[in-house]
Amino acid sequence: MIPLAFDYEVAESVDHAIELLGQHGEEAKLLAGGHSLLPIMKLRLAAPTVLIDLGRLSDLSYVRDEGDHLAIGAMTRQCDLERDQTLQEQCGLVAYTASLVGDPSVRHRGTIGGSVSHGDAASDLPSALLALDATFTVRGSNGERTVAAGDFFQDYLQTVLEPDEVLTEIRVPKLNGAGWSYKKFNRRAQDWAVVGVAAVVERSNGSISSARIGLTNMGSTPLRATAAESALAGADPSSVAEATGSADEGTSPSSDIAASAEYRRHLARVLSRRAVEEALSR
Amino acid sequence: MTEAPEKFVGGGVPRKEDPALVTGRANWTDNIKLPGMLHATLLRSPYAHARITSIDTSVAKEQPGVVAVFTGDDLAEEYDKNPQANPAAVTGYDLSLEERSNGGASVTETGDNTGGETVDEKTRTFVAWIVTEDLKVPNHWPIARGEVNFAGDIVAVVVATDRYKAQDALEFIDVEYEPMDVVTDLEEAVASGSPLVHENLGSNEAYTWNLDTGDIEDAFSNAALTVKERYIQQRLIPNAIETRGIVANPDPINGGYTLYSSTQVPHILKAVLSAYCGIPEQRLRIVAPDVGGGFGSKLNAYSEEVIGLVLARKLGVPIKWIEDRSENYLATIHGRGQVQDIEVAADSEGRIQGMRVKLLADMGAYLQVNTPGIPLLGAFMYPGVYTFPAYSFECTGVFTNKTPTDAYRGAGRPEAAFAIERIMDALARETGLDPAEVRRRNFYEPFDEPTTTPAGIQYDSGNYQMTLDRVLELADYEGLRAEQQRRRESGDPVQLGIGFSTYTEICGLAPSQVLAALGAGGAGWEMAKVQMLASGKVEVITGTTPHGQGHVTSWSQIAADALGVDVDDVEVLHGDTAIAPYGRDTYGSRSLPVGGVAVHLAAQKVVDKAKKIAAHMLEAAEGDIEFEGGTFSVVGSPDQNVTMQRVAGAAYLADNLPEGMEPVLSEEYFFDPPNFTFPFGAHICVTEVDTETGFVKIRDYFGVDDCGPVINPTIVDGQLHGGIAQGVAQALYEEAVYDEDGNLTTGSMVDYLIPGAPELPNYTLERTVTPSPSNALGVKGVGEAGTIGAPPAVINSIVDALSPYGITHIDMPASPWKVWQAIQDSQGRDPGTRDADRSGRPSQATDSATSMDPEAGSTNPDAPTGGDRT
Amino acid sequence: MRRIQMTVDGRAHVAEVEPRLLLLHHLRENLGIGGVHAGCNTTSCGACTVHLDGESVKSCTVLAVQADGHEVTTVRGIMDNGLWHPMQQAFHEAHGLQCGYCTPGMIMASISLLKEKPNATEQEIREGLEGNLCRCTGYENIVKAVQLVQQHSNGQAQPAS
Repeated sequence: MIPLAFDYEVAESVDHAIELLGQHGEEAKLLAGGHSLLPIMKLRLAAPTVLIDLGRLSDLSYVRDEGDHLAIGAMTRQCDLERDQTLQEQCGLVAYTASLVGDPSVRHRGTIGGSVSHGDAASDLPSALLALDATFTVRGSNGERTVAAGDFFQDYLQTVLEPDEVLTEIRVPKLNGAGWSYKKFNRRAQDWAVVGVAAVVERSNGSISSARIGLTNMGSTPLRATAAESALAGADPSSVAEATGSADEGTSPSSDIAASAEYRRHLARVLSRRAVEEALSR
Repeated sequence: MTEAPEKFVGGGVPRKEDPALVTGRANWTDNIKLPGMLHATLLRSPYAHARITSIDTSVAKEQPGVVAVFTGDDLAEEYDKNPQANPAAVTGYDLSLEERSNGGASVTETGDNTGGETVDEKTRTFVAWIVTEDLKVPNHWPIARGEVNFAGDIVAVVVATDRYKAQDALEFIDVEYEPMDVVTDLEEAVASGSPLVHENLGSNEAYTWNLDTGDIEDAFSNAALTVKERYIQQRLIPNAIETRGIVANPDPINGGYTLYSSTQVPHILKAVLSAYCGIPEQRLRIVAPDVGGGFGSKLNAYSEEVIGLVLARKLGVPIKWIEDRSENYLATIHGRGQVQDIEVAADSEGRIQGMRVKLLADMGAYLQVNTPGIPLLGAFMYPGVYTFPAYSFECTGVFTNKTPTDAYRGAGRPEAAFAIERIMDALARETGLDPAEVRRRNFYEPFDEPTTTPAGIQYDSGNYQMTLDRVLELADYEGLRAEQQRRRESGDPVQLGIGFSTYTEICGLAPSQVLAALGAGGAGWEMAKVQMLASGKVEVITGTTPHGQGHVTSWSQIAADALGVDVDDVEVLHGDTAIAPYGRDTYGSRSLPVGGVAVHLAAQKVVDKAKKIAAHMLEAAEGDIEFEGGTFSVVGSPDQNVTMQRVAGAAYLADNLPEGMEPVLSEEYFFDPPNFTFPFGAHICVTEVDTETGFVKIRDYFGVDDCGPVINPTIVDGQLHGGIAQGVAQALYEEAVYDEDGNLTTGSMVDYLIPGAPELPNYTLERTVTPSPSNALGVKGVGEAGTIGAPPAVINSIVDALSPYGITHIDMPASPWKVWQAIQDSQGRDPGTRDADRSGRPSQATDSATSMDPEAGSTNPDAPTGGDRT
Repeated sequence: MRRIQMTVDGRAHVAEVEPRLLLLHHLRENLGIGGVHAGCNTTSCGACTVHLDGESVKSCTVLAVQADGHEVTTVRGIMDNGLWHPMQQAFHEAHGLQCGYCTPGMIMASISLLKEKPNATEQEIREGLEGNLCRCTGYENIVKAVQLVQQHSNGQAQPAS
C-alpha cells in the first residue's frame, strides 16, 4: 500500500510536460488527478520511475463555449464538469456522467483528461464522449493533432497517445435539443459500472432520426452499439425495445466476479432500452 | 434493581466516548510512537499451499534502514525462551494442549518424537476451544517453517527504521516455493483422495461434533411432510475500519513487556501470548487503546502479536506493526463459511416434529482461538423460537487452504437463524400457510422462567407472539400484501417482496461451567470494581473492552443510579490489564448481561458498606437507614442524613469508622451468570426487485426487538442499526471469493462490497421488554441481534417477490447477477456461466423439495407466473 | 527528497519529503495528526478524508508533493476557538458514531457535502457520502447528523457546545 520510489517533476506548461516526457522516455507517467494511477502504484501494479505532475497547469481547466461545440480543458476535474452551468445547459450528458464517477472526494481530484488518457473501458466518461462523437486534442513533440473519440481507444488501457503526447482538450458538440441519458448499473454507488450505457438521441417529426449509444465495460475499450444505432435510425419510439435488442452485438464483455459475459450482454440491452427511452423523454 | 428511582438508566445519555472521537484526539494503536521504535512488515505467501524450498534474506538485510530480517527458522528458538514461565494451571489455555501433546494424540510433529524438548516437539497453536477429545490441531508457527498453508501465511519479517523502508525491503527477500495441491471447497476437502492441508494430520476433518435429543427417526418416519434444504453460508471478511496493529514495548524495569494491540480481548490475549511466548503472566501487560471496531475479528490472538513480542525481546526496542488492508483481508480471520443441510419433519398442520442439521464448517488452514467452537454456538440455535420434540445436529470442521475462520458478529448464530428462518418459509410454502402463521403455530407460549429447548438448553424468557404481532402492525402487513398483489397483476417489472425473520440468539457468554463443558476453557464471568474516591467521585473498573459499544457511558449510567451520583461523576476505566487485571473481555453480546451486571452488583456492595458507615455517622441502627437519590437518611427523620459523597470521604479518612471496618469504599464483584440470555425479535424486510436487471432495493426494514430492559436506548438503537446493516451486507453484498488456486479474488474494498449509505435503508424499530431472570438487571444484550435477524428476512423477501416465478431460493449474497440468473433458470433459459462455480463454492441445490415449475411454488395461486418480462 | 510547504489546520509547515510520501502519512507521521486515519488504502473507505483547499479529498490517494502550496484542513482544524464545529456536535447528538474510526473522515466529507449542496435531500446526503464507509452505524444516524446541521443552519438555534 506504499508506492515504489520515483522521481517527481512538475510541469510548468504543456510544452514543458512534452519535453519532460521526451527526456524520461516510456518510464515516465503523467500525473493529473492521480485517482487511476496512484491506486495501482500503491498496489505496486505500476511502478513508473518518473511522475510528471500536471497539477500546476491551471490553464488546462476550463469549459468554453465555442459556437457549435464546447471545449473542455483536460485538467478540468470531474466535480467541475458536474457543476458547470454551460455543460449542464448545452451538454448535460457530460455533466451528469461526471457526477456518477467514483465518489465526491474522488471527483474533487479526478480529471476528464486523466479518465480519457487512462483509457479504462469500465470508466464512465469515455463511453459518454464516444456517444457524443467528441474529439480530443493531443499535443506532442511533433505538434498538435485532433483525434476522434471513436479512433482514440485502442485496447485494454491503450490509447493512440504516443509516449511523448499530452491530451490537452476535449471537444463535445452542443446537444441542441437532442435527448441524452446515461444509465450506470453498479452494485454500490461508489463502484465502477458493471455495465454503463450512454445515449444521445435526435428526433424529428416524432421519430428517431439518429441515436448514438456508448457502452461502458462491454469490452477492452469503450464501445459504440452500432447495430442498435442502425436499428434505431428512423425508428418509431414504440420500437425502441426491439431496436435495442441488438445493443450487445459486436461487444466482447468479460466474465468476472461481478457478472458473466452473458449477464453483461443482457444488461447492455436492458440499459440501452432504458437510456434511449429516457433520452426520448428529455 | 436499584432502590432509588432510576435517573440515568433507560435514558439516552449522550455518549462520553464521543469528544475524543469527533475531534480526532483518540488514541489508536497507530498513533502510538515510542522512542527508538522500529517498524515490522511481513512477507506473506502468494501461494495457498506450497513447500518453501529456500529463503534468501541477504539482499534484504542490506537495504537502507533495515535492522533485521528473520525467517520462521530464524525465530524458531525464540518462542520458548522461558518454557517454565507458564505452568499450564496458570492460564487454563495451555492445559488441554499440554496434555494432548504429552498424550501423543493426533498432534504429531516433525522431529524424532522421542519426548525430548527440542523446538520441533511441541505443537504450537492459538486454539483455546477444544471441542472434542480428538480435535486435530495443526502446528501453527507464527512464521511458517517449511510449508505455507494459505495465501497470506507469514514467510518472513523485516524490521526497519520506518514503514516505507520496511515495505521496500520485502521485495528483496528471495523465496523459492514448490507449489502443492490446493483444496478450497468443503465437500472436496472431505471427499476421499482430496489434497490434505496438513499431511501429518491424515485428514482434512478437524472434528465431528454431535447433539441429539428426542426420537429423531420416529419424528421423520411419522411426519405428514418433510422439507429439506441446503444453504450456503458464504465466507465474510469482518472489516473493522481500523485494521489490526500492535506496538510491543520491552519494559527495562521489570524485564517484562507491554503490548499495545487493537484487540477486543486484552485478557484472553494476555493468557494466550504469555503461554505462547513464555513471558510470565505477571510481566506481560496488554493495553487495548481506542479500538476502531472488531466484530469478532479482534477476538483472537494472532501470529503478528507473537512476532511483535518476540522481536521486542530479541532486539530490545519497541516494535510496531500496523496491518494494511490487503493483509487484513488475507490474515485476519474470516467469518461464516458453512454448508448447511437442514431438514424438518412436520405434521399436516405445519407443526414441526423434528429437525436434522448437518454442517460442514470451514476452519481454514489453521485453528485460531475459537475456530472449532463457532459452529457449536449455532448448534443450540437451529431450533430458534420454535419448540418440537426431536433434534439432531452434526457438524464436521474442515481444513481448507484458506484464511482461518473464527468469530464474526453473531458467530454461528446468524448461520443457524438463517437456516431455520429460511426453512420456515419453505414449510409455509409446502403447507400453503402464510409465513407469519406457520411461525406462530410453532412458537413457545410466552414464558418468563427458564424453558428447555429442543437443543437441551434453557431459554431464559420469551414472548415471540408479541414481537411478531407488533411488527405486522408496524409494517402494515395487509397493505403490503395488497400492494404486492397489485404489482403482480399489473406485470410491474419491479416486484415487491415481504420477508420475515423471527429470531432468538444466545447471548451473555457465559456460565463458566457450561463453557468448560463445551471445551471452551471456562471462565465466562466478568469483573467490575467500583471505587469511590476521597472527593466522592467514582471510578468503575471493568473487565470488558469496548470498541464502539459505549460501555463508558452505559456503565456510568448503571453506577450512577446505583450510587445516587451524577453520571458525569463516574469515570469508567478499561482495556488495560494493569488497571483491570481480571476480565473476560467483549464479545458475544456478553458485556452488558455479564459485565454491566457486575458493575451494578459491585455498586450495590459499595452501597451496602456505605450504609453501615452512614448508620455509624448518623448514630442510628443500620436497619433504620434508607438510601434514596444518593442520600442516606434515618427512617422517619429525613433531616438526619448524609450524602453518599460524604460517606465516601469519611470512609477514605477512616477516622470515624465502625469498629473493625476496612477504610475506603471500593468493592469488586465477579459475576458468573447462571444461564445465558436469549434476546429475540421479529423483523420484516420489504424489497423491490427489478426483474429485468435482478437489482434488489431494500425499501423498508421493520424490526421489533426484545433485549430486556434497556440501559441506553440511543446506544441500543445504534447497535441494531449497525447489526442489521451487517446482516443486509451478508444477504446482498459481501463474499470472500477464492479462485481454485486458493487466491483471494476479493482482496480489497474495491472487490469486497461493504455497503455504503446509498445502499442501506432507514430502520423502523420498536422494542418490547421481557426481562431475563438470569441477572439482577434483567438485561439480555443486543450487539449481534441485527446481524442474526436480518439475513433471512432479506432473502425471504427476495424469494417472496420472485415466488410467482417458482423461485424458492437465492444464495447469499443475492447479487443482481444471481437474481437475474434465477429468473432465467425458472423460465428454462440458458443464463450462461454460473457464479457459484466461479467462486469455488458448491452449486446451490435450488431444486430442494419443491418444484421449479413457475406455477407450482407460488404462495399465491392467483399471482401471475412472471411471464416474459425481460 | 523535495521541499514542500503547506498550511495545515491554519499553520504553515515546511518539510523535505520523498515524492512518493502519501499526504495521509505526511499528516500522520511528520505532522503528528492522529485524527487522519488509514482505512482501506484503495480510495474506497474515506477514513483518511481531509479538505484540500476546502474540498474533501482522500489523503491516501494524494501525494504530499501534490499538496505543496495548498491548504489542508483536518478534523482538528475545524473547531472555532475550541468550540466544536456544528457537524461534530451533530454527530455526537445524533449518535452518528460508534467506534469512531471512520468519524473524522465522515465529518470532513459531510462538511464538504453541505458546502456544495446545503439543501441536499436524504437521498443526496446518502449519495454524497457514498465514498465513506462505516461498519458500525448502518448510516441512518450519520444521515440524521447531517440533517441536524441543515436544520440548525436554516435558522434554528445553534446547539451549545
